[in-house]
Amino acid sequence: MKEINELNLPEDIHYSEDHEWAKVTGDTVLVGISDYAQDQLGDIVFVELPEVGDSFEAGDEFGTLESVKAVSELYIPIGGEVIAVNEELEDAPELVNQDPYSGWIIEIKPDDIGELEKLLDRDAYLEVLRGE
Amino acid sequence: MRYLPHTEADIKVMFDAIGVKDFEELFRTVPEACRYDRVMELPESKTEWSLDQYMGEVRSMMTVTPAHSVLIGAGRYRHHIPATIPNVMGRSEFLTAYTPYQPEMAQGTLQGLFEYQTLTARLLGVDVANASMYDGATGLAEALLMGLRVEKKKTRIALSTAIHPHFRDVVATYFQPTDYEIVELPSLEDGRTDLSRLGAEEGLAAVALQSPNFFGVVEDIEAAAAAVHEVGALCVACFSEPLAFGLFKSPGSCGADIVCGEGQSLGIPVSFGGPGLGMFGCRETFVRNMPGRLVGETKDLDGKRGYVLTLSTREQHIRREKATSNICSNQGICTLTAAMYMASLGGTGLRKLARLNYDKSEYLKKGLQEAGARCCFSAPTFNEFVVEFKHDFSKTRKKLVEQGIVAGLDLARFYPGFENRYLFCVTETVPKEVLDSVISEVKK
Repeated sequence: MKEINELNLPEDIHYSEDHEWAKVTGDTVLVGISDYAQDQLGDIVFVELPEVGDSFEAGDEFGTLESVKAVSELYIPIGGEVIAVNEELEDAPELVNQDPYSGWIIEIKPDDIGELEKLLDRDAYLEVLRGE
Repeated sequence: MRYLPHTEADIKVMFDAIGVKDFEELFRTVPEACRYDRVMELPESKTEWSLDQYMGEVRSMMTVTPAHSVLIGAGRYRHHIPATIPNVMGRSEFLTAYTPYQPEMAQGTLQGLFEYQTLTARLLGVDVANASMYDGATGLAEALLMGLRVEKKKTRIALSTAIHPHFRDVVATYFQPTDYEIVELPSLEDGRTDLSRLGAEEGLAAVALQSPNFFGVVEDIEAAAAAVHEVGALCVACFSEPLAFGLFKSPGSCGADIVCGEGQSLGIPVSFGGPGLGMFGCRETFVRNMPGRLVGETKDLDGKRGYVLTLSTREQHIRREKATSNICSNQGICTLTAAMYMASLGGTGLRKLARLNYDKSEYLKKGLQEAGARCCFSAPTFNEFVVEFKHDFSKTRKKLVEQGIVAGLDLARFYPGFENRYLFCVTETVPKEVLDSVISEVKK
């Protein structure tokens, strides 16, 4: 397991306390899990994805990640409609381990982009991790 | 492993260790209303010889003894159990090992379970089979819950009324605390399930049929699966007599998505209605939603073949309330028994035995019809069928019991309007003379 100072936590994305991240890309938001989350889970062997067109409110469960150790729920950091899922993960779930930031999970069209303000920046997220 | 009760001294040591005075204090956290506050009225213990004598007395009071020929199936089937089965199963490594899932300790049992899964998958025509459920009825309830997990947004399921009434009762018990709705599908004149109104039902996650059904009738699973898929639901095919698949096409090969049922026929005695064996399999795409344990084959550090539990992350000891099921165990003894039975008979043996059941059953069906009874359903049957008698059959039945034959099950108990209709079962164990006696008694 990585030490906190070894974690890769980019500056340009928003983090949730559930260890998901959200990144604005034009009108849409990409969602994935943080380096901390993938490191804690260990080798990911299966990703259960939602369907395109599904709608969620911030904090809703939108899928699951199965590692060799456990199955974990995925919670959406910002409400909206799913406009794409990363289909590459169906055959290659290990992409999330290899790089959790290029290994995005879903792309959403947010209902209210302002919800991003409620999420954590890199420093605030680091504080949360130090508390765990 | 030995099973020894605690002595008073053992109990005192344990009480002292945790600092409680007595049982009263130990169970104080259990709400008062949930505790039994009276003295247990248990009879005095008996010596071994007086217990033997007592059991002998009870036996002599029973109307039906092991010497009787029983022409009733209805979920429990009297098949011959080859002497090799109890002999091999009697080995203590198989018989006394409780939940032996530690791969470093239990390669023999795990391999046995793996072989069971392989044989079951072939018999049922499914991609994957689990290491068993408790019995056919709970297997069906779990299959329907699985259907609702797969079809997440739906909240309704449909059940054929030709499914064993006890199976349907268990399903109702499982579903009672949920908000899911159960729709009942009636049967047609020929004894098969009526699927014509399926199109009018909305939001069905799964539709369940039994084949052969409770009336012994073989359902057209191929057509049913197509009709069920048409409305976007999963087709669940259950069974109470797996021997039928020695002769008829397996439910999986007919397009059923989940196949489940009772495996008692495969080397397990009828007993008093239990224990049973829940056989369960499905398409590979649904494997992560399948309840129960799964044994997989792997390689150890030296590259040698070995067996381990696989996909355990779905289960309750890891996933708690989010688990695919609350069954985290399996019917180890019955499962291994069934594996030994299937392996002993082989494909050819199963086919021959199934044929024998079918032929004997057809012999009685034809004979009863010639004796004046009416065959209620025109669809093909396996080793069970329903006939209706012109005159009150209960008197004839009583006479046959006196001759050592228990002939048929009165269906009016289960289905209103089925007065004087009886469900008969003939397995390989019933001699021809017995069938002739029944036919001639009906003729009188």
